[in-house]
Amino acid sequence: MQMAALPVVIPLIVAAFLAGAGDFLHRRALDVIALATSASVLGICIDLLSLSRRAPIVYWLGGWQPSPQSHFPVGICFAIDPFGAGLAALVSLLVLAAFTFSWSYFESIKSLYHALMLAFLAAMCGLCLTGDLFNLFVWFELMTAAGVALCGYKSEESQSLQGALNFAVTNTIAAFLSLAGIALLYAETGSLNMAEVGSTLATSSPGTPFLAVAFLFVVAGFLVKSACFPFHFWLADAHAVAPTPVCILFSGVMVELGLYAVARIYWVIFAGSPQQLHHGVRTIFMIMGALTALLGALFCYGQRHLKRLLAFSTMSHLGLMLLGFALLAPAALGGTAIYLLGHGLIKASLFIGAGILLHRFGSVDEYDIGRTGRHAIPIGLMMILGAWGLAGLPPFATYFGEDQMERIAAAQHLGWYPPIFIVVEAMTAAAVLRFTGRVFFDLGHARSNVTSGAPHIHMKVETHGKHSRVPAFMWIPMALLLVGAMLVAFPLRHPAEHYARQFQNPKIYGSAVLQITQSQAAAGPKLHDENPDESPSTFWSRIAVLLAMLGVASLGLFTRSRVASLPKVLAIAASAPLRFLRPLQSGRVGDYVAWFAFGIAAYGAAMLLLLR
Amino acid sequence: MANAFTYAGYATAAWLFLIGLYGVVTSRHLVHLCLSLTVIQASTYVLFTVIGYRQGLPAPIFTDGIKPGAAAVDPVVQALMLTDIVVEATVVALLLAITVRIHRRAGTADPNSVNIMQG
Amino acid sequence: MHRPRLVLFFAGAMGFVCLFVFGFTPLRHPRDIRNRYAQQINTRTFAERNITDAVSAVNFDYRGFDTLGEEFILFVSVLGSLLLLRMEAERKEGILMDAAERSRDLGASDAMGLWILAMVAPKLVFGIYIVTHGQLTPGGGFQGGVILATAALIIYCGKGFPIFRKMLSHSAIEILEALGAGGFVAIGMLAFLWHRPFLTNVLPLGKAHELTSGGTIALISLATGLEVSAGFVLLLYAFLQETLTERGED
Repeated sequence: MQMAALPVVIPLIVAAFLAGAGDFLHRRALDVIALATSASVLGICIDLLSLSRRAPIVYWLGGWQPSPQSHFPVGICFAIDPFGAGLAALVSLLVLAAFTFSWSYFESIKSLYHALMLAFLAAMCGLCLTGDLFNLFVWFELMTAAGVALCGYKSEESQSLQGALNFAVTNTIAAFLSLAGIALLYAETGSLNMAEVGSTLATSSPGTPFLAVAFLFVVAGFLVKSACFPFHFWLADAHAVAPTPVCILFSGVMVELGLYAVARIYWVIFAGSPQQLHHGVRTIFMIMGALTALLGALFCYGQRHLKRLLAFSTMSHLGLMLLGFALLAPAALGGTAIYLLGHGLIKASLFIGAGILLHRFGSVDEYDIGRTGRHAIPIGLMMILGAWGLAGLPPFATYFGEDQMERIAAAQHLGWYPPIFIVVEAMTAAAVLRFTGRVFFDLGHARSNVTSGAPHIHMKVETHGKHSRVPAFMWIPMALLLVGAMLVAFPLRHPAEHYARQFQNPKIYGSAVLQITQSQAAAGPKLHDENPDESPSTFWSRIAVLLAMLGVASLGLFTRSRVASLPKVLAIAASAPLRFLRPLQSGRVGDYVAWFAFGIAAYGAAMLLLLR
Repeated sequence: MANAFTYAGYATAAWLFLIGLYGVVTSRHLVHLCLSLTVIQASTYVLFTVIGYRQGLPAPIFTDGIKPGAAAVDPVVQALMLTDIVVEATVVALLLAITVRIHRRAGTADPNSVNIMQG
Repeated sequence: MHRPRLVLFFAGAMGFVCLFVFGFTPLRHPRDIRNRYAQQINTRTFAERNITDAVSAVNFDYRGFDTLGEEFILFVSVLGSLLLLRMEAERKEGILMDAAERSRDLGASDAMGLWILAMVAPKLVFGIYIVTHGQLTPGGGFQGGVILATAALIIYCGKGFPIFRKMLSHSAIEILEALGAGGFVAIGMLAFLWHRPFLTNVLPLGKAHELTSGGTIALISLATGLEVSAGFVLLLYAFLQETLTERGED
C-alpha cells in the first residue's frame, strides 16, 4: 500500500537525478527515462482510482496515524478519492503526451527541461492527492515555480520574459493571500489537516463573516491559478510564450487544478457552515463563472495567435466549469468532472496542433501562416474535430458533461444557463474553426476586423530537425488524445455522479481520514439533489450551438462577401465591445495586481453583503 | 485576554500586506517590485508567528532548563515559516533573474514598459 | 500616473481592510483549541524521537513531507534561475576572462582580502555546527545551509571572481545540489524497506542530547543543508556571471 506516495516520490527523485546526471546522459536516454517515469505514474494513478472507489484511501506520511484515543492528526496525509486520483491520472497522461511530443526534436537545454517537467508533474499529483492544507500550499508553490521556469524557457525573447514575469508575480501574490487564509483557519481550529479543520469548524461555529473571509482568502490563490475573472490576465501572456509541451499542461490540467482545489476546500472544510454561506458562495461563483466564460469567449474570438486564442478558450471553458460547480448538486459536479476530462484532452490535442504548426511553418499566427497550411490538411481536419469537441457536441465527453450541467440548471430553474453555454461554446469553437479554415483550407481572404488590435507575436521555432514533414511523435499523440476525448465519457458518466456524491459528503471523507465513525463526523449541507433525467433534453441547444458556431466562423472568414451585409453589421457590433475591453489586457503587471486587489475586495464585499 | 501585542501583530500583518501590494502596483523598477513581493511574504510570516505566540511561555527547545514536555510556544508555525523564508528567497531570486534578463534585453527595468503583448 | 490603476487599487485596499477586520477580530482572544497541535508536538517530541528541538522535529519528521516539497521549490527555483541566466558556452568563457581581468571587483585591498579570507574558516565551521546540531538546539539544514553559502560569497568579496571560479567548480556544485535533493527523497524511501509509509523515521533514535539522536532527522538535516548551500552558491554563480558580463560589455 506504499503505492499512494509514489505519484509524487518517483517524479521527484527522477527529477533530482536528471538534474545532477544530465550532463552525462544522451538525449535519447533522457527522453526514455522521462517517458517511463510519467507512464509509471499514470499506471499508479489509475490503480489508485480503482482502489479508491468504495472509500477514500488515506495514507499517513511518516507513519503518523492519529492515535485511537485523540483522533488528532499530527502528520500529513494523502486522502485519495476517485476524483483526486482521476485528476492525477489526467495530469500524468498529459505529461506523457507532452514528453512524446517533445521526443528528440524539442530543443532541450541539457536536462533542465526534463527535470523541470517531472517536478511539475510531482507537484500537480501532490496537489490532487493531499489532505493537508499547508501541503496543498507547498505543492501549489512548486507548481508555480516550475511553471515560471518552464514559461521563461526561451529567455532570449523579450515577450517570453513578459509572460514569465506576469505569471510569477500574480500567482505568488495570490499564493500568499492563500497562506494568510490558511493562517486564519489554523488560528481558529488549531490544525492543518483538512478533515480536522472541517469537523472543528462545523462544531465551533465561529461566525459566518469570518468563514466567508477565510474561504475567500484560502481560495484566492486557486482562483488566480484558474484564471477566473478578474484574475485571468496572466494566462494569455504565459500561454503565448511558453513552449508547446508546457502549454499542453497549463491549459490541459494546471488551470483546472485550481478549480479542483477550490471544490475540495469547499466541500471538506466549509461544508458544515451555515446555510447563508452556501447561498453566498453559490451566487458569487455563478457571477464569477458567467463573467469568466463570456469575457474569455469574446477575447478568444478576437485573437490571431493560436496559442493565445486557445488560452482564452481555456479561460472561458473554465468559466463554464465554475458555473457547473456553482450548482452545488452531485449530478452537476459529476458533469463538471466529465467536462473537465474532455476539455483537458481536447485542449491538449489542439495545443499539440499548434506545436505542429510551429514546427512545420514557423508560426502560429493566423495571417502569417496564410495559406501555406494547406500542406498539412490532416492536422487541419483534427483541429476541426477539436473545435467540434470544444462546442460540446457528441460524442465528445464535453457534450455529456455539459448535458448534465444544463439539465441540473433547468431543474433549478436557472433559465439563463443555456444561453451562456451556447454563446460561449459557439464562440470558442468558431474561433478555432475560423483559424483552421483560413490556414488549412484557404477560406477567407480578408482579415477579420475583430482581430484588429490583437497582438502580433513573432515566435521562434522551438524544435530542430527537418521542418518539411510532421514527425509521427507529434501527430500520433494529437490523434490519440482526440480519440480519448471521444471515448472517455462512456465508461465514466454514471460512476462520475456517484463519485461526486462521495466528494461532496464530508462524512465519508472525515470518517476515513480521522478514523471515526460516520455518525461522529460533521455533516454537509442540504444538497440540491435534482435528478437530471427528469429535465428536458438538451438536443435543441446542441443544434443551436452547431449553427451558431458555423455562423460565427463564417462571419470571421467571409468579411468581404457581397451577401454579407447584414452579418457585417453583426460583425461590427461584435467587435465593438472587444475594442472597448482590449485595453484592459494591457500586459502590465501593475494593472493585473490592481485588478487582483479590486477583485478580491469586490467578491468579499459581495459575499459579506449576501450574508445578511 | 486580547492584549496590545495581539492587536499590533494582526495590524502589522495587514499593513505589510497592503503596503507590499501598493508597492507592486505602483512600482517603476522591477527590483523594487521584487522587494515589494518580499514585503508581502513578510506579512504572512508575521501573521503566523503572532498566531503561534503564547504569553509567558518559553521557546520549544527542551534543553538548558526547559523540561521536555513542558508548555511552550507553538513549534509548528515556526517550522513552517522557517522553511518558507529560505524557500521564498529563492523564488524572489527567480524573479530577479527575470528582471536581470529583461534589463539586458530592453535596456530598462520599468515594469510598465514590459508589455509587448497587449490585447 | 496610471490613474485608473490607482483608483482600482485603492478601492481594493479599502475592501481588504474590511476583510481583514472581519477575519482577524474573531481571533484576538487566545483559545485552547488553537493550542491543540502545539501541545501534541511539545509533549510528544522528546518521548517519541529523543529530540530537544521541537521545531526541527516538526520540520523533518512530523511534517517532513512539507519540507520535502519546500526543498524542491528551492531546487526548481535554482534550476529556473540557471535556465534564465544561461549563456552560450563559447561566449561565456571569453567574456568572463576579459571582464574579470579588466574590472577591479570591489577594489578590496590586500589587507582587507586577507582579513575576509580569514573569516571563511570560522563561517564554515559555524555553518556545519548549525546544520549538524539542528536536532538539539535551534538550527538545521535550512539555516546552516544559508550560512555555508555566505562563506562562498565571502570568497568572492575578498578575492574576486577568478579565484571564486577556481575554488568552486560549477559542475561539482550542481551534482552536490542534486545529491542533496535526491538524498532527502532517498532517505524517505528507506522506510519502504521496512514496509512503512514514506518518510517514516526507521533509523535508531540514539540518545538524547547527542548528535546522533533523532534517527533520520539528522540525516535529512544534512541532506537539506547540502542542498540549500549548493543551491545558493549556484545562484551566486549565475548572478555574478550575469553582472560581470554586463559590466565587461559596457
